[in-house]
Amino acid sequence: MDLVVAVLFQLIYGIANLALISLGLAIIFGMMRVINLAHGEFLMLGGYTVVVATNAGVNIWFAMLILAPLVVGLIGVIVERLLIRWLYGRMVDTLLATWGLSLLLIGLVTSIFGASTGTTVSPPLGTIRIGDYSASGYELFLIGVTLVLFAAVYATLKLTKLGLVARGTMQNAEMSSALGVSTNRIYMITFGLGAAVSGLAGGLLAPMTGVLPTIGATYIAKAFITVISGGASILAGTAAGSVLLGGVNGIFAFLTGPTFGEVALLVAAIILLRLLPTGITGRFFRKSI
Amino acid sequence: MGGSTLRNMRPVIVFAVLGLLFMFIAPQVLQLFTIINLTTAIALAVLALSLALVWGFGGILCFGQVAFFGLGAYAYTIGAINFGGSTWAILVAVMVASAFAAILGYFMFFGRVSDVYLGVITLTVTLILFSLIRRTSGPEYKIGNALLGGFNGVTSPPLNLPWDTRAFLFPEQVFYVAMAALILCYVFAGWLVNTHFGRVCVGIRENELRAELLGYDTRLYKLGIFTVGAGIAAVGGVLFCNGVGRITPDVFNLYNAALTIIWVIVGGRGTLIGPIAATFGLFYLTSALGGQSVLNNNLVLGVILIFFVLLVPKGIAPTLVDWVEARRRPKRSARGRRRRNGADRA
Amino acid sequence: MSRKRRGEVVVETRGLSMHFGGVRAVDQVDFTLEDRELRCLIGPNGAGKSTFFKCLTGQLTPSAGDVMIRGLDLTGAEPHEVAAQGVGIKTQVPNVFDGLSVEENIWLSARRWHGGARARVLVSETIERLRLGDIRRAAVGRLAHGQRQWVELGMVVAAEPWLVLLDEPAAGMTHEETARTAELIEEINTTSALIVVEHDMQFIRMISRKVTLFHEGRILMEDTMEAISANRQAREVYLGSQA
Repeated sequence: MDLVVAVLFQLIYGIANLALISLGLAIIFGMMRVINLAHGEFLMLGGYTVVVATNAGVNIWFAMLILAPLVVGLIGVIVERLLIRWLYGRMVDTLLATWGLSLLLIGLVTSIFGASTGTTVSPPLGTIRIGDYSASGYELFLIGVTLVLFAAVYATLKLTKLGLVARGTMQNAEMSSALGVSTNRIYMITFGLGAAVSGLAGGLLAPMTGVLPTIGATYIAKAFITVISGGASILAGTAAGSVLLGGVNGIFAFLTGPTFGEVALLVAAIILLRLLPTGITGRFFRKSI
Repeated sequence: MGGSTLRNMRPVIVFAVLGLLFMFIAPQVLQLFTIINLTTAIALAVLALSLALVWGFGGILCFGQVAFFGLGAYAYTIGAINFGGSTWAILVAVMVASAFAAILGYFMFFGRVSDVYLGVITLTVTLILFSLIRRTSGPEYKIGNALLGGFNGVTSPPLNLPWDTRAFLFPEQVFYVAMAALILCYVFAGWLVNTHFGRVCVGIRENELRAELLGYDTRLYKLGIFTVGAGIAAVGGVLFCNGVGRITPDVFNLYNAALTIIWVIVGGRGTLIGPIAATFGLFYLTSALGGQSVLNNNLVLGVILIFFVLLVPKGIAPTLVDWVEARRRPKRSARGRRRRNGADRA
Repeated sequence: MSRKRRGEVVVETRGLSMHFGGVRAVDQVDFTLEDRELRCLIGPNGAGKSTFFKCLTGQLTPSAGDVMIRGLDLTGAEPHEVAAQGVGIKTQVPNVFDGLSVEENIWLSARRWHGGARARVLVSETIERLRLGDIRRAAVGRLAHGQRQWVELGMVVAAEPWLVLLDEPAAGMTHEETARTAELIEEINTTSALIVVEHDMQFIRMISRKVTLFHEGRILMEDTMEAISANRQAREVYLGSQA
């Protein structure tokens, strides 16, 4: 019984982890149809923000929950103004430009902080007991944060004026600008918000994974297939993709060890795309956000 | 049939002859160290050529071309260790990479995945191969006699003469083989894009629906050029692990995937020689930068990629061709008008 | 290709329907076309004629009903499978290979069904027939709209189809070009059956024998242009809105 709970906990954490690292990507993709190849580097920057801030004596919770999203969100806004806005409507060029940005950010961080990690931070909160097994309290906290984050994004999209305008703009940019809504500003804010969510995720994961200039690459493969499998709706898609792929990953990792968990996840995603080319939410839950 | 995109074979033959001249002259005038370095650059140029074919002519946005290159290198190395000779291992390398591409391509093209998704999926496949092979360091991960070696990789047996498995080639001879392979692949690709098959692929790049309405099953053509491209990339992989002496999972990392794309962007889509030339240029640029510590390679490549996407989206070779044609056009169209008037009179 | 005798039904749809969400763009359409027939499909915007057309060409998979071409069930077939039956298709927005020359565009069509030598002959014949000689080496992307339409017509003709489906072939053409297109359609009709979706009334008067009038996803009536013009209900749904 305890084993079942412990395994289930790991499974849920795996799903929450996928959802957490994918959400920022999904926001930008869902609202702007931009696939941000520098997504991994936004996560990386969130991690560096936390490490640098805590080393400077800042409280770790403040660094993770406030500073990381703030810094990376600001970087997102700057990137949108300087780079992305020139390329709207040109999906392939946007993809390539964000890849260039990804390399640029890796290079910059390497130049400043060196190719390997200086100091890391250790995960706060101790372990919790599940009968004979123990689980990390911090992992439980991350599951909670992921749920809260989803709720917050849902509320923003559904309840605020910004969310309404943003959804309208994404569906029909011309009509919104005819109504006097500045599309330009909405895109900028959306990109900034997506970046902030990525920064928060990167900051929260830094204590678990450490930071490296190239750590983005370990996130993006999983984030991409989650978002693409999920389809265009931001929350429903990310949730569906995370549950399905996180489930497959967890089960295979449990059965065959971590080496093949990711491979199973990828194979599942590719077979899924053959069956549902527009992703899960392209076929089901189409009206969801 | 003349035209701006479907070039005839003449430039291909000219560049092939120039390549042959270089192949025979370089070892006479260059030092051995430079020759060994060049072998690696040639291997990478074969990879660039394969993407120039798949993306530039087939219109398939493959961000993971380096996966087939790496698979080719691994398959060659494992094959050569097990067979005790390199000849069959080369064949195995090409077959493994092509078969992998065919299976992956089947899911993508028959699922009618759009080009942006295709880029992301192929990149993801590459990154997952990277993390998969990195984890194979234990003694349980072996294929036949070959240990996969995790992030340390595997030492690649050198090429040997086909009729004598103990007669290993010297670095200088490997250079000849590499250069010959590059020229052969280049002529093959140049021929392929001028065949009916190749022209249909270009047509699909230009307008997939129109190709469908003409009765072409575009999925099969895309699958075909994708598979062929993977085979050429595998040839590059075989040369690469021979030039370097070993193959490690790093071949599958994000940097190498980006580098492949950058060669084709800088060289230009829709040409074969452009990306090859860009590979040599960037190879020497990054080698030169590697000697100092201020400018990081990632940083420089990132700036180059953004610069080209924003300001030179067609790449160098097509931009040069456009520029030359624009300078020649006034004269040529005047001549064309004269000829047409003459034809009307006759 | 052996020509069947005139009068045989070559295109037939039974209960063909296409729904987008709650919208019935095409609703229970029964339609037949005989060999060597020239049929125009008309109707106001949103009448469903273009959607019907796309169901025939395989660009859309119908929600219900069947599409039979020469007795073969092609419901939900891929466009290339429809084309492989010897059907030439021209879409509403010119679908051409922009980066290729006029000659290459037409060659890709001719070469699909013929060997190299025969394809070259067909290309020169088609270029002559459509008077594209002056621009044969020009990139199609740089041509004017009307010329691009003609290149696409050239691609249709070069495949020597026995059935031709044209969606607004005269759209964006000058008066002179429209007249030449009408001539070409008459010419094609000597060897092939045609379905032409059109908006331009003058153009339809130039070519029409029998006209099918679409309204709200259904066939309202099927008759000669004169009869339709004289019909009060038809004038109300369509012609009235134009006058």
